[in-house]
Amino acid sequence: MSAAPSSRIAADASPTACSRTELLIAAIARLLAGCRHVAVGQSSPIPGSGALLARRLSGGALRVSVLGSRRNNFFTDGGVELFDLAAQGRIDAFFLGGGQIDGQGNINLVGAKSDLRGSGSHLGSSGSNVDSDGSNLDGGGGGRSEVRWPGSFGSAYLYFLVPRVILFREEHTRRVMVPKVEFVSAPGVSRPDVYRPGGPHALLTGLGLFSFDKRRQRFNLESAHPGHSVEEILDNTGFEFDRPAAVPRTAPPDAATLALIRGEIREEIAEVYPRFAASLAPA
Amino acid sequence: MAETTFCSLEALAAAVPDGALLAVGKDSSGVAMSATRELVRRGVRGLHLLCVPISGMQADILIGAGCVRTVESSGVSLGELGAAPRFVAALKARTLRIIDSTCPAVYAALEAGQKGLPFVPLRGLLGTDVLANRDDWKVIDNPFVPDDPIVVLRAIRPDVALFHASLADRFGNVFIARERELMIMAHAAQRTLVTVEEITDDDLLQDQARAGAVIPAIYVDRIALAPRGAWPVGLVDRYPQDEAQVARYAAAARTAEGFADYLSEWLGARRQAA
Repeated sequence: MSAAPSSRIAADASPTACSRTELLIAAIARLLAGCRHVAVGQSSPIPGSGALLARRLSGGALRVSVLGSRRNNFFTDGGVELFDLAAQGRIDAFFLGGGQIDGQGNINLVGAKSDLRGSGSHLGSSGSNVDSDGSNLDGGGGGRSEVRWPGSFGSAYLYFLVPRVILFREEHTRRVMVPKVEFVSAPGVSRPDVYRPGGPHALLTGLGLFSFDKRRQRFNLESAHPGHSVEEILDNTGFEFDRPAAVPRTAPPDAATLALIRGEIREEIAEVYPRFAASLAPA
Repeated sequence: MAETTFCSLEALAAAVPDGALLAVGKDSSGVAMSATRELVRRGVRGLHLLCVPISGMQADILIGAGCVRTVESSGVSLGELGAAPRFVAALKARTLRIIDSTCPAVYAALEAGQKGLPFVPLRGLLGTDVLANRDDWKVIDNPFVPDDPIVVLRAIRPDVALFHASLADRFGNVFIARERELMIMAHAAQRTLVTVEEITDDDLLQDQARAGAVIPAIYVDRIALAPRGAWPVGLVDRYPQDEAQVARYAAAARTAEGFADYLSEWLGARRQAA
């Protein structure tokens, strides 16, 4: 995940203007309300910032473990400790992404065979040629290509065990939001006999925020980000989802929260993601 | 401590046979890049590279140099710098076999190995294509609770574990600080090869503040002194990753020619002084 373009969004409700990155950080912090312990994986500057903001807003009640951090990471049992904690129910929220995400909450971090970029007219200019999670393997001949992403990491395990998994993927196109993933790194839902206290809680993208309804096995559009319409989201989503008659707008951070993001949070996240922190607006 | 414990990088690399099941750690654990260069120099072939549980530039270079037949990993990438280009190219060219895993499965299978157990159960995994592609993982019924299917993983005992650490003592003990996965690797592997930033005359096991974070010499077969031995990857509390150098690699390795140029320069370079 890389830093979002720093396009400024004028918020309706407030004179404060914030970037998309700041909007996403604030949205993540709201999704973490009430958690006791949130863990943040590798290459996750925006989720990391959101978790640190949530901790700040909780008055310190929330514990945050940021992988790769020395200051915000109390693990002493090596890489295995995160997974042991998750299996014991000691981690309430975690973040996963995916090269492909489908409407049942299945995620694919391994690869794709078909060239989705060439398959439809819905991509427009937002269909980037190079995946931020991996690489376009197209040898140049056009047509079908094979894309290989880094791998499933901890997803095939953590998705089952962490109650509040937040799917975070900034790119919201039909190439990512597909009807059916081509490889199941981790399934959104499981048979009743599968031990599964965890699963998808929300899907946050560059266009909007969805909740996941476990019973209906579908996403529900909770809000569209400022500057993005429901039509745009429909046009860029390859799966069906539910939505209310009137879809609210994702609330931007208020002035005090924005000041935190640009101040304390920016400084804290710089320990792990200096380049990302440098891209955030200073206070 | 055997007299042969301390050796040159060349001798250390010579202890990795062709075709070995070689376990290496993630970048933050301590990556033996100087030793990796010696492995490439000596032309090791047919490795089954087990990434514990992920790898980056180290795996990509070994793959690009033709040293690896099979990579078993939960992820191979250059992190913030994007895809691992030679890994991706080798998969596309079908010259590399990939065994996709998930991080806790790598740890759990090694933990079974260190305990001398044949297998270990692990939660999650049911219904994934990761499981569907593994013939060394099976689904069994929980013998204690009805209607609770659970995956079991065959134990892994690597032929060789290879990593870089900050400090060894002259008795062959190795200090690993908080990087406890290195302990699991050393316990599970048949042989453990370590490169270190420095070697102290003190006995690390006599220092109660540090002894709990020490791999005792009984597990350690060879140690080679290699100042800045993780470079261009970083070593925690010693030096950060050389971002410019890894970025240069990432750009060069996007083509076979660029990789070949980078490799010959890298192989020709003298080790950086501490």
